[in-house]
Amino acid sequence: METLFFLIVAAIAVICSILVITNKNPLNSALSLIMTFFCLATLYVMLEAPFMAAIQIIVYAGAIMVLFVFVIMLLNVRTESTRRGKHALFLGTMTGLLLLIQTWYMVGRGLVAGIKGPIDSALISKVGHTELIGKSLFTDFLLPFEITSILLLAAMVGAVILSKKKL
Amino acid sequence: MVSLNSYLILSALLFAIGTIGVLTRRNAIVIFMCVELMLNAVNLTFIAFSRSLGNLDGQIFVLFVMTVAAAEAAVGLALMIAFYKNRESIDVEDMNMMKW
Repeated sequence: METLFFLIVAAIAVICSILVITNKNPLNSALSLIMTFFCLATLYVMLEAPFMAAIQIIVYAGAIMVLFVFVIMLLNVRTESTRRGKHALFLGTMTGLLLLIQTWYMVGRGLVAGIKGPIDSALISKVGHTELIGKSLFTDFLLPFEITSILLLAAMVGAVILSKKKL
Repeated sequence: MVSLNSYLILSALLFAIGTIGVLTRRNAIVIFMCVELMLNAVNLTFIAFSRSLGNLDGQIFVLFVMTVAAAEAAVGLALMIAFYKNRESIDVEDMNMMKW
């Protein structure tokens, strides 16, 4: 039952991602990408990470993709007039397929090194996923958290400067 | 029970589809969206391994990846707007000032 649900959600995610790369209209690509993000959020819930699923929908589908759609509508991007040349399409697809074969070759053949840690589904349902992530984020990972705030400040300043009328 | 390998196979497939999108599209914003797709495939890998290894480090890293992706999307789209003001087009075939 769970396998069937996983297969359905995975198939929808793959179909929507193929729609992202093959649509002529960039707005349709953006909508297909939002659907892919929803499928990925479902998969995160199946992987016992409900907080990450909520953050995925809030941040990715709710903020980043809205920004994309606004910019597409602001620039009034038309549908693509011509495709890339035949050689570029062929080489690009072959590179992607080569990457796919390479990664699929490694899936069953690696050794996952590492001791199994303490977080399992019993602990997640007892304590709560948000609390566990919060504890880990504010004690072990405090430095990257603070550096991220500086990164966001730099991104804000950059975005404001880059879109000024006179630089 | 869905094994770890299924999630890894799906994640590799999404990553490869994103790569094909980056290499074959001409619209700069669509290329950007395919980069976001690749980042999401990697996020799926991280969370799958985090569940399999019983560790929360993978999910914390996914939080940081999402933050960096948001910052990068904001700055990249501002860059696209600045380029559009200059050239009236966001076709990557038109961004050829450094070509010899």
